[in-house]
Amino acid sequence: MKQPSPRGEVSALVLAIIAGTTESQQDSIERLGALVEAALSETADILYDDDLQLALFCLYELHYSGIDGAGDDWEWNPDLLRVRQQLEVAFERRVRDEVVLGELPGTTSEAVCAELFRMTGEDSGPSMSRYVAKSATNEQLREFLVHKSIYQLKEADPHTWAIPRLSGRSKAALVEIQADEYGNGLPARMHSALFARTMRELGMDDSYGAYLDATPAITLAVNNLMSLFGLNRRLRGAIVGHLAAYEMTSSQPNRLYSRGFKRLGYGEDALEYFDEHVEADAVHEQIAGRDMAGGLVESDPRLLQDVLFGAAAGLAVDALMTVHIMDAWEAGRSSLRASESMAS
Amino acid sequence: MSEPAPERPLNSGRTPVSIVACPNGPLLIRGDFELVGADGSELPRTRRTVALCRCGASVLKPYCDGSHKLTGFKSEP
Repeated sequence: MKQPSPRGEVSALVLAIIAGTTESQQDSIERLGALVEAALSETADILYDDDLQLALFCLYELHYSGIDGAGDDWEWNPDLLRVRQQLEVAFERRVRDEVVLGELPGTTSEAVCAELFRMTGEDSGPSMSRYVAKSATNEQLREFLVHKSIYQLKEADPHTWAIPRLSGRSKAALVEIQADEYGNGLPARMHSALFARTMRELGMDDSYGAYLDATPAITLAVNNLMSLFGLNRRLRGAIVGHLAAYEMTSSQPNRLYSRGFKRLGYGEDALEYFDEHVEADAVHEQIAGRDMAGGLVESDPRLLQDVLFGAAAGLAVDALMTVHIMDAWEAGRSSLRASESMAS
Repeated sequence: MSEPAPERPLNSGRTPVSIVACPNGPLLIRGDFELVGADGSELPRTRRTVALCRCGASVLKPYCDGSHKLTGFKSEP
């Protein structure tokens, strides 16, 4: 993706280091560690800290499609990995503070599946999908796509990291879901490609990260959470739980999103992304809950708590993003970063 | 190479069908099967594994759209 604009000292230094524009690389990396430590001790809330979330997002992006001007070698640079870990430790601690798990269910596949459906069935705050269906303006639809584009243009990728870490039933289930996400061999049917088409139908730039500068910290946190879970093997239970919860909260909202876009006059090419998810995720949620998450816990009962944590964490951070967006819309403001207008 | 698993012989072109009756949810169907309408013609289908509605509330019938969760459908009496 293209280089984002820095949002503070930490992200500025990360971007300068990977772009090779600092005077002394070694001095800069040492300074970065100290800067991060200071920023972590001073931040009011890492979930809403633009500078720290962007820095973490960029460090993760080195593992995905990379950042323009950044050498590929930075991905496994031990000094940058150490900085990433500094950020991850604080981020994970903050997310764990946000999450309360109920009484633990049994460790059978069916009990895990039932608990995940229970958790995802609970009302977790305002509904963006109902608002989009009934009231959103054309400009708000575009904002909605901006927030979603950070994940949806690489939809499924963070969960794919988990494949080699699973085995047997849970692995087969994850691959079955991901094959569908990646279009079953047809590039145009990839969910990321369908989302890109929706963006183009609204006259938007569908290149990855085109609107990154406009997205607030909490939207980056939603994405960083998936990368944290996906890139750390110790959190394989959490990434599996995250995907299960994601699939279980998708069918009905997507039906409503489709209705909202149709209400404002958009046609099948714009709606297909949402319509596809209504049907696909009604399949995926069953596979994800029972075979993937349930199957993982049956094969390794020690992962029960991690699976539920991943589900609860995803729901909690997603709900915070929804609150951010809905608060802005209800107050007649843009939900995007104030300094960024969204060029049409 | 090891021998192919007996339940899925290579070149048979058929994978046995399994139907999972999901508690309080749809029927999940995997394998090689045809889904046809009353006149025998194939129904539109974009994925290998499908979930068929059994609560009656889906707007995508015969496929599931997750509506059973909203209606509180119970598969057990």
